[in-house]
Formats: sequence, C-alpha cells, structure tokens
Amino acid sequence: MALILFLIIMALILIAAAIFAVMQKDLLFAVLATGIISVVLSVFFYVLQAPDVAITEAAIGIALTTIIFIITIRNTSRNEDEYTENHINKFDK
Amino acid sequence: MNEFNELFIKYKDLITLAVYGTAIMLIIIGLYAVLLKKHLVKIVIGLSIIDAGVHLLFVAVGYIQTGTAPIFSPGYENAADKMVDPVPQALVLTAIVIGFAVTALALSLVIRLYKHHHTANIEQIKSLKW
Repeated sequence: MALILFLIIMALILIAAAIFAVMQKDLLFAVLATGIISVVLSVFFYVLQAPDVAITEAAIGIALTTIIFIITIRNTSRNEDEYTENHINKFDK
Repeated sequence: MNEFNELFIKYKDLITLAVYGTAIMLIIIGLYAVLLKKHLVKIVIGLSIIDAGVHLLFVAVGYIQTGTAPIFSPGYENAADKMVDPVPQALVLTAIVIGFAVTALALSLVIRLYKHHHTANIEQIKSLKW
C-alpha cells in the first residue's frame, strides 16, 4: 500500500516536471526540469525491478543529456520568445 | 485501513496501471511539445520526453507482480520463473544510449541552424538551403 502511494506521488512529480519543461519560457529551467524527469524515471525503473536500466538512465539522463542541452543553450538563445529582426533574409539576397 | 487492504487485493495490478497511465501522459505531453512549440530546443526537449515515456512503457510491459530482478544471484539460482522479463529491459538499455546519440545529433543540427540563420525560431527560418 505504501508502495502504491509512493508511486502515485512519484508519477505526479513526473507529469508536473514534464508540463513545467514544456511550458517554461526560460530554456535553462526547462532543461533542469528534464533532469528531474530522469531522476524520477530511474526511481520508477528501480521499483519495476530493472536496476541496470535505472543506473544507465541516471548516468545518461541526468549528467550527459543536461550537459549537451546546456552547451546548446549557451551557443544559441536562452529565452524562448526571443525575436531577432536583423537577420532576416541576410543570406538570401 | 482494512478497506484499503481489500481495495489493494482487488486491484492487484494497480502499480502496472499507474505506470501505464504515467507513460501515456508523458508521450502525449512530449507530442504536444514537438507539434506545437516554435523554438528548436523546445522541440528536442519534447523528443526526449517522448523517449522517456516509451522507455517507461516498455519496462512496464515486462513487469510481473511477484517478480524479482532478472539477475542470478546466490539464493536465486533456480528462480527463472519468478523473475520479470529481461528482454524489454535489455531493449530499453540499448534505446537509452541510442536516444542520447539522437539527442546529441539533433542539438548539433540546432547549433548549426542558429549559427547560419541567427535564430532558433522555426517560423523565421524560411530558406530551405543552408
């Protein structure tokens, strides 16, 4: 019974983090929310008797994916709604 | 509390049901991000959320209620019939690594597009040639 309550709370955290990651305008916080998704997902894998998958998901999902997303945000824009005027058709003329 | 226990016995596979629902919700949220968001990084985030949902769904398919982890440890030498299915777990283990590679490739394409067009909004990227 306690396991089911724990799982339902974890599922709510997972869905809330996913909605936050989709709706957030600041992309850095959105990427951190995907890290939270990976943490909770590895807990799910451990409860579902898959410890090897849990270890792999923790390592790759938390560390590596977050790092490459942050590198991309550093090289592009951080704000989602940023509208740049000065570039339009600069290369098409 | 007794009623709770009866409910628990009645819906014995409530764990599997909750996990299925969570996985399908994750897939729907990721699909929304892929189809309706305009920023390229948001689209890649949606792809990784779909990945997470599919992995959770596959592991939940192989799960049985009274199973242990599929590892032959001391005390579990002849317990192959009491283990969860190891085939979806091996599949998901491979799919996590492939998903990481796909995410890295997509993000490198996003960086190339931003360097060329100076924007990451797909409504402003109009020319088809680089």
